[in-house]
Amino acid sequence: MALDTGLVGRSYPPSAVYEVGREKIAEFAAAVGATDAVHTDAAAARAAGHPDVVAPPTFAIVVTLAAAGAVVRDPDVDLDYSRVVHGEQRFTHHRPIRAGDRLVATPVVEAVRSVGGNDLLTTRVDVATEGGEPVCSATSMLVVRGDA
Amino acid sequence: MSATVRAAEVEVGTELPEQVYPVTRADLVRYAGASGDLNPIHWSDRVATAVGLPGVIAHGMLTMALAARAVTTWAADPAALVEYQVRFGRPVVVPDDDEGTAVAVRGRVAALGEDGRARVDLTVTCGGEKVLSLARATVQLA
Repeated sequence: MALDTGLVGRSYPPSAVYEVGREKIAEFAAAVGATDAVHTDAAAARAAGHPDVVAPPTFAIVVTLAAAGAVVRDPDVDLDYSRVVHGEQRFTHHRPIRAGDRLVATPVVEAVRSVGGNDLLTTRVDVATEGGEPVCSATSMLVVRGDA
Repeated sequence: MSATVRAAEVEVGTELPEQVYPVTRADLVRYAGASGDLNPIHWSDRVATAVGLPGVIAHGMLTMALAARAVTTWAADPAALVEYQVRFGRPVVVPDDDEGTAVAVRGRVAALGEDGRARVDLTVTCGGEKVLSLARATVQLA
């Protein structure tokens, strides 16, 4: 089923607040093998100019993946997840995510294309603090494989 | 913390040291838990083969994270990566044994901006095959 190009520009309400904890950052850093002390040692992070421990660059996906669920569950999108492959991913960081951040994530449908019988769905999730300071944007392109 | 890479020390064509990161099934389980991506194609051979994959594959986002490590290790600053994009090409198949597989990351500075930013083009391979394409990182140099 082809995705409706009329979805482009559709935005969704901001997510519930995601509170970033030091232990979660340490857990994620260990999982990707990031050993720099700024991920685990608040004193080292402060020495490097950060208010608290900072997350590795792709940690943003933890916050944005859950928020992008709003798009996937949209009845008008009606995604068959068994056919979905992650095609592309992009992050734009305004500053590192750090412990103590209270983040909200706002998804928007950025593009819908059909290429070679597959649907390409691009969503962008903008992440900001509860107070409105921009932190990062994550753009994901999903490939929905056709029947052929 | 080691010294950061300074813009004056970098030119177009500067190569990053190659990094090789082993990936085992245990790494996939750890990443699944830490990231919240519990898709069974990353831990169940039964499910992976049922959807036509050769076997359990690594999370694309784990491969992306490993490639980022090669960049931030070179820059000596995990906060220096300001823009980062990849296209997922070929899956990284992770066998159920003690060795697993390995992802190799090479990088080359492709452009330098006047704002002290360097664009690094990455070549990310597994078993000699490219697994990411259009992999680019923009680094704010010191």
